[in-house]
Amino acid sequence: MDDGREPRTDSGGYIGQSVPRREDKNLLLGKGEFVADIQLPGMVHAAFARSSLPHAAVGTVNMDTARELDGVRFAASGADVCAELPPINGMQVVTPQGWRDRVDTDILIPDQPLVPDDKLRYVGEAYALVVADSRYIAEDALELIEADLDPLPPLADAESALQDGAALVHEHLGRNVAAFLHTKKGDGAAALETAPHRLARRFVHHRYAAMPMECRGVVADYDTRTDTLTVWSSTQVVHWVRREISTALGMPEERVRCIAPDVGGGFGGKGHVYPEDILVAWLARKLGHPVKWVEDRHEHILNAAHSRDNIYDVEIGFDDTGRILGVTSSFLVDSGAFTPVGAGIAGNSIAHMLGPYDIANYETDCKVVLTNRTPNAPYRGAGRPEVGFAMERAVDLVANYLDLDPAEVRFRNMIPPEDLPYDVGLTYRDGVPMVYDSGDYPKALTRALDELGGLEDIRARQKQALAEGRYLGLGMGCYVEGTGVGPFEGATVKIDPTGKIMVATGACPQGQGHETIFAQFAADMWQVPIEDVFVTVADTGQVSQGYGTIASRSTVTASGAIKVATDKVHEKVFALAANMLEAGEADLELRDSGVGVKGVPDLHVSYRDIARAGKPGWDSQRPDGMDAGFESTSYYEPPTVTWAYAANAALIWVDPETGRLEIEKYVEVHDAGVLVNPGLADGQVKGGLVQGLGGGLLEELAYDEHGQLLTGSLMDYLLPSASDVPPIEVVHFETPSPLNAFGVKGLGEGGAIAPPVVIANAVCDALRPFKAELNSTPVRWGDVAAFFEAGET
Amino acid sequence: MKPAPFSHLAPTSVPEAVKMLGEHAPGARVLAGGQSLVPMMNFRLARPTVLVDLNRVADLAYIRDDGDHLAIGAMTRERTIENSDLVRQACPLLHDATLNIAHLPIRTRGTIGGSIANADPAAEYPATMLALDATLVAQSVRGERRIAAAEFFDGVLSTTLEPDEILTEIVVPKPPAGSGAAFVEISRRLGDFALAGVAAQITFDGNTVTDVRLAACGVGAGPVRLTNAEAAIRDNGLTEDALARAASAASAEVDPDGDVHATAAYRRKLAGVMTRRALVKVAERAGVSL
Amino acid sequence: MTEIRDVSVTVNGEVRTGRAEPRMLLADFLRDELRLTGTHVGCEHGVCGACTVIIDGEAARSCLMFAIQADGAKINTIEGLATDGEMHALQKLFSEHRALQCGFCTPGVLMTAMDLVHSRDSLTADEIRNGMSAALCRCTGYEGIVNAVTKYANQIHGEGPADG
Repeated sequence: MDDGREPRTDSGGYIGQSVPRREDKNLLLGKGEFVADIQLPGMVHAAFARSSLPHAAVGTVNMDTARELDGVRFAASGADVCAELPPINGMQVVTPQGWRDRVDTDILIPDQPLVPDDKLRYVGEAYALVVADSRYIAEDALELIEADLDPLPPLADAESALQDGAALVHEHLGRNVAAFLHTKKGDGAAALETAPHRLARRFVHHRYAAMPMECRGVVADYDTRTDTLTVWSSTQVVHWVRREISTALGMPEERVRCIAPDVGGGFGGKGHVYPEDILVAWLARKLGHPVKWVEDRHEHILNAAHSRDNIYDVEIGFDDTGRILGVTSSFLVDSGAFTPVGAGIAGNSIAHMLGPYDIANYETDCKVVLTNRTPNAPYRGAGRPEVGFAMERAVDLVANYLDLDPAEVRFRNMIPPEDLPYDVGLTYRDGVPMVYDSGDYPKALTRALDELGGLEDIRARQKQALAEGRYLGLGMGCYVEGTGVGPFEGATVKIDPTGKIMVATGACPQGQGHETIFAQFAADMWQVPIEDVFVTVADTGQVSQGYGTIASRSTVTASGAIKVATDKVHEKVFALAANMLEAGEADLELRDSGVGVKGVPDLHVSYRDIARAGKPGWDSQRPDGMDAGFESTSYYEPPTVTWAYAANAALIWVDPETGRLEIEKYVEVHDAGVLVNPGLADGQVKGGLVQGLGGGLLEELAYDEHGQLLTGSLMDYLLPSASDVPPIEVVHFETPSPLNAFGVKGLGEGGAIAPPVVIANAVCDALRPFKAELNSTPVRWGDVAAFFEAGET
Repeated sequence: MKPAPFSHLAPTSVPEAVKMLGEHAPGARVLAGGQSLVPMMNFRLARPTVLVDLNRVADLAYIRDDGDHLAIGAMTRERTIENSDLVRQACPLLHDATLNIAHLPIRTRGTIGGSIANADPAAEYPATMLALDATLVAQSVRGERRIAAAEFFDGVLSTTLEPDEILTEIVVPKPPAGSGAAFVEISRRLGDFALAGVAAQITFDGNTVTDVRLAACGVGAGPVRLTNAEAAIRDNGLTEDALARAASAASAEVDPDGDVHATAAYRRKLAGVMTRRALVKVAERAGVSL
Repeated sequence: MTEIRDVSVTVNGEVRTGRAEPRMLLADFLRDELRLTGTHVGCEHGVCGACTVIIDGEAARSCLMFAIQADGAKINTIEGLATDGEMHALQKLFSEHRALQCGFCTPGVLMTAMDLVHSRDSLTADEIRNGMSAALCRCTGYEGIVNAVTKYANQIHGEGPADG
């Protein structure tokens, strides 16, 4: 992993090493603890009655018969719930003033009732709940509920919802648009007018979802003596869950503890607060018994957030050399019935459209549309795959139009490395003007092509294949990705009386290996063996304020918080050590799990000694004026995002008879700055990449015109299996970010961004004799086969 | 998703099983491998009040060489068939078809009888039964009934078994010496239900085709005998031209539905492509040049 | 007979008994009655493979069996792979090759791999990849899984360590 790396001045011990994961042992032994594994004495089980109609008025909901079933402990209709609990405030994510100042916004996010009493707005929305001795009995009870649900005209897709006279998903909003966004740089319309050439196309990115292997679940336990709720949730945002429960139940946040134990994948789908997070907590307090709710897969497919589902209308203006002079886009996001992360996805899209290209004129507007589909929230990529598909298809179309190589058009438009830091001329979601911090975009693309044999060789092979009646295509997809977004992350760092280093952060991993990675950071910061660092994640009881793991942020933000806290504790450590060793602080260094005088091996105190010496009370050895204890809870507020980027390229064979695609090789050259644990980083990129392939080829949440979901099980929602994975090569560049002490950037999402467009571009490239255009996802074999039937043009 | 409550009966002999089913039909269902029925029960789409569980009827699991045919007990696991040297040698088409079924852990429990009685239009065995001209043996309190495969399948997830009949044995005539067979299918992922699949069983006399049976899955309400495609081969032998005609004929004679996975037109096209590919494979294996 | 019955199974070599009504899935019986929560439930329709256990020597989906059907059976779950706290060779290879991230699919993947490797005398690279297609993983992209299982197959089938 040496391309692009510049020598680092601080030589870390563990940072940069592929340290084996400490998480592995429990998981491999079957000793992991996922929410469904939690068993508490007296625990009872909740289940939800869910709408099979996409849009319905709720009349009477009669729970009487359900309540009478043997084994049922409690039952509530939407009316019962609404009488006691407020809806979740629609804006789970607050946007900073800086963003609202610079991006034109008109945002009306509906609040989300926990169990509605008036209207059901998507298939799967709950209208009642029961609690019983077992999940089996609870499901029996659901069948005994008599609900009067009166169908309303369904808004089955975004364009229907925007038509004049369309029914309203949320009457009180007066419209089916949760957010209008608009931003620009330069003058896109003028650039199009004066450009020698222009193309207009519609690109459609279909609906699919995170689909982790573990469904959602919540266990809540209320302790009467301490008036404390403990909530275990399979979530990526424990502090948000705590906040919403505290608000809904009127309890101080400190009396609600939210823990995410082992979480079986999230990918964004568990990255906000769901009604069940609050309801299960409410039930536990109400019933005086621990309550468990674990959804089944069908429930998950209907209720856990969906994603993507965008329609882009793009116009691109360019000159004879393929230089892009301006681009405009107008797009819709089908946000479903609620939009818990507000305009976050769309906000990402508008910021990411220009990618690694130097484009002076750009204008975009979008509508986040409310429909009767499942709510839409971020999933790995969160708006970047959608906008990347549109832009990277457009670039290929520009090349096709001019009969230039799409690789060449990319090179001609890419920002050269010497122009970084590069002022993009747009504002990121954090309200800060976007400046790409570091990297080499052309080098990444060159390397990607080289790994496939080099552009010349590829084109020669392609020509040869065609002569033999075979179809080989090269697809490319390049992007730049804002990572490590704020607003902040929290960490608590302390020296335990035993001398061990205790680290807790608000990060909430779902397989990323955070405990290992943060141990690596802390071990280097403290100069201790990694075994002497103990890391806790995802527990609001351990870190007072935290934000969570979404948006490829935890490596950057949690390490930042750990550093701030560590630096504070170090101040005291050095001051006390100086006192104990009777030396000046400047003569001290961290070594051997403690502090020693430079150049004098015998003058050394261990952290254990220091902890003891610094204790409160009698015989303390603290200098005057120094508080006892070596602990700090601190927050890192990143100045802005760091910019990871990648170039993807793949060679794909197309079977003329069946349209079936065979990916010969898929290459991703990926740069996320300094890699803390290269092995884990590689796993993240590859895992994301395979998800991207799934999104491009297999996965689909298909709704019919009546708003019914046609793909309600894993028999129809097709996840990639081992045999669906082509030969993959991931090359890591490590261009440090100048924006933080470690030079790190975020990388959780990157792999998932480009595959759909790489596949579409490759197929169109292979089928150039047919002038084939594939401008929507998923790429279907049947559609590909149809090009051959139409014949070469 | 948890199933609705049911009573569970576990007979240990065929007469006992048949009697139990007779007493509890039509609310009762037979439980064989469970790989299709239990998911339906978990979704509560199937809600039998009584399950007659055949998994303890040891007498129903066997593969017997009866000279000119194989007799296979309905509860024989797909995995057992896959591993059977007798099946591989005596009836290669059945072996081939089995390799295409789902994944190994499914084949551990799934049974040949269960798959055939379930009659999923995309399943491999029903089409294979048509191509092999098999006989399905059913038992009830009223006695035994032998049903030709051509008369067994009558619609999506529907057979001509009476509600009180249990499929107990599959009788597969052994293809004669000089036969060639192939099962070819295309699915979106390995192990998924076929978008289209073809079972081809061809008898040769030297290079001449003396009998050809082609049956497709995934392209109709049940397995489809491709009689027009067969005619193209029977009349012309295995030539490139005949193959092309057989493929066209196959496309024309199927009437598939479309769904999220494939349009009707695409399935129709695939029926033709799979027909051709199955025939090519048969030719390769039989050492016959096109 | 919808009444609750006694079910006796030998799990990881130990005789265990519990109670189950006919409709209780084997997966739930293992997890909730026997408190062996290493086996996970991902879909309850036999697709994802997370619930895969070994029953009488062969891998099967425990979400597609009723507990009472397993009465008298020998079952191996993930909890039985390690011996005296020492990880099984396959588990060690999984850690070495980064064949897990969130760990939710891992028990099913391991049991699928055990059956795949031990039921054959040899496996080609394609057969390994195709065989492991029986178990879904959403995190890793399968490279580590295929590499670990390949190494394990080489150990069991007696070939030298193969590349990658």
